[in-house]
Amino acid sequence: MSEHEYIPKSKAGKWFNDRLPLLTLGAHLTDYPTPKNLNYWWTFGGILTFCLITQIVTGIVLAMHYVAHADLAFASVEHIMRDVNYGWLIRYIHSNGASMFFLAVYIHIFRSLFYGSYKSPREVIWIIGLMIYLLMMAAAFMGYVLPWGQMSFWGATVITNLFSAIPLIGDSITTWLWGAYSVDNPTLNRFFSLHYLIPFLILGLVVLHIWALHVPGNNNPVGIDIKKPSKDTVPFHPYITIKDAFALLVFMIIFAGFVFFTPNVLGHSDNYIPANPLVTPAHIVPEWYLLPFYAILRSVPDKLGGVILMFSAIFILFVLPWLDTSKVRSAIFRPIYRQFFWILVIDVLMLGYVGAMPAEGVYLVLARVGTIYYFLHFIVVMPVVGYLEKTDPIPLSISEPVLSGGAEPSIARKTNDKV
Amino acid sequence: MSKEEKKVNRRDFLFTASYTVGAVGLGAVIWPMIDQMNPDKAQQALATTEVDVSNIEPGKSITVLWRGKPIFLKRRTPEEIAEARAVNLDDLPDPQKDEDRVKEGKDEWLVMLGVCTHLGCVPLKDKGDYNGWFCPCHGSHYDVSGRIRKGPAPTNMEIPKFEFVDNNTIKIG
Repeated sequence: MSEHEYIPKSKAGKWFNDRLPLLTLGAHLTDYPTPKNLNYWWTFGGILTFCLITQIVTGIVLAMHYVAHADLAFASVEHIMRDVNYGWLIRYIHSNGASMFFLAVYIHIFRSLFYGSYKSPREVIWIIGLMIYLLMMAAAFMGYVLPWGQMSFWGATVITNLFSAIPLIGDSITTWLWGAYSVDNPTLNRFFSLHYLIPFLILGLVVLHIWALHVPGNNNPVGIDIKKPSKDTVPFHPYITIKDAFALLVFMIIFAGFVFFTPNVLGHSDNYIPANPLVTPAHIVPEWYLLPFYAILRSVPDKLGGVILMFSAIFILFVLPWLDTSKVRSAIFRPIYRQFFWILVIDVLMLGYVGAMPAEGVYLVLARVGTIYYFLHFIVVMPVVGYLEKTDPIPLSISEPVLSGGAEPSIARKTNDKV
Repeated sequence: MSKEEKKVNRRDFLFTASYTVGAVGLGAVIWPMIDQMNPDKAQQALATTEVDVSNIEPGKSITVLWRGKPIFLKRRTPEEIAEARAVNLDDLPDPQKDEDRVKEGKDEWLVMLGVCTHLGCVPLKDKGDYNGWFCPCHGSHYDVSGRIRKGPAPTNMEIPKFEFVDNNTIKIG
């Protein structure tokens, strides 16, 4: 928050601002003191906002042409692809946009894990972020059902059946979710309704996410508290806006590459076969961004156990700020944790890979090893390393060098050399 | 002051009474919003299906749709019945005699919900390690009686309510 009170220059502006201080908000967002050492991993917040807006705009347009009925949905999607002016473009942006959204959110989450952005005083930002992530998965899953192809139908069947693992009331819950005795027209209808709702819930949470961020201010690559505003900060505009804009441009080039050159590479060809409740495709796989969790589900030879473990894999992230016992935020100054961080990255990538493979033989073994490490990382490694690790000396500020020379060259010192 | 706080007075009674009435009212409004998602009358009306089984040769099976779900109707050969009955119940994750899964006197007819009890895929016939069905989704093996033998599925494939209307017609539901 800037210290000085904002006063609009024009009389009309002052009149309006006295009644609704939108201009004060605008001034706060413009002047917002931001750490001057933010690297490109910090540009994904802006990129994610762009992704959300893209999905909402293209989604509203698609809904003008789509028909949410089991007999008509598949044909209406083909109608969008063939008959609607630029329908192919809008649909490909929307379907690839979901993948780009997840790509950006995973980078955003792992950035937070590396630089300790989830730690005090930013726990609430982290938790709101995870709620957004959960809603994103729900929206993506329901969106994938709407074209009513084979993968849509059987993906919906498998995911809704996860709830049947709940003892006693599981079957009633799945029937209630379906509105029928199997995935059927009522299911498609309600998924469409919810798929339209969720992005706006996400938008609301994004506002809270940014609000919560603006209370303590941004974390930064060296992970230290800084005085705001000070020599360590720059105003959000134009310094951060221009950096975000450049990163967004690069991101959009990759996005456009998918849309125009390989629009179906991230999808599954079976979804161009209309849904058939009598034939299950030989090999059901979810979209790539859900594969690590799918691998965890399949690694357990027990139905309820698999479902519990899969949901735990997500919900354990909510208590992460309290599992991490280290006072030092940035992994730059945590030589041991840093190595475990990269093991986790490799572990999640491996789980994603085996999630796409059949659940047998060596893949099953890898899935089990990966699952065990995933949970060990959060339950054992994070608390224990936090206690035992000898961290490198951290700088007092972004501008000033480390007091007594640490073994590792720090970003702070590099920044100082340039100054 | 502290004495007065502890005393239950008229205002506390009014608070409790208002909250209670409010909660009942809220519940009465929420329930219809929840129950509207349960299967409607049109869905419930699809509850029975009649199937002509006169064309099915021994050893063959057909699949029909009932309530949006596949039903396997298999006419089993005497060898298959013998195989299903020779299984030791201790070897089954969900012990159930083959006799309990068919109608007495109509032992050759296996009528069951063709839905894997794991996550709802349709198992493939004549596949798997037990001469029965195999679910491609997560690798559950079922035997000639539709009983789970290996894999993540917790229970045997379900037997729906059905009856023989006459020798050639089965009514499901």
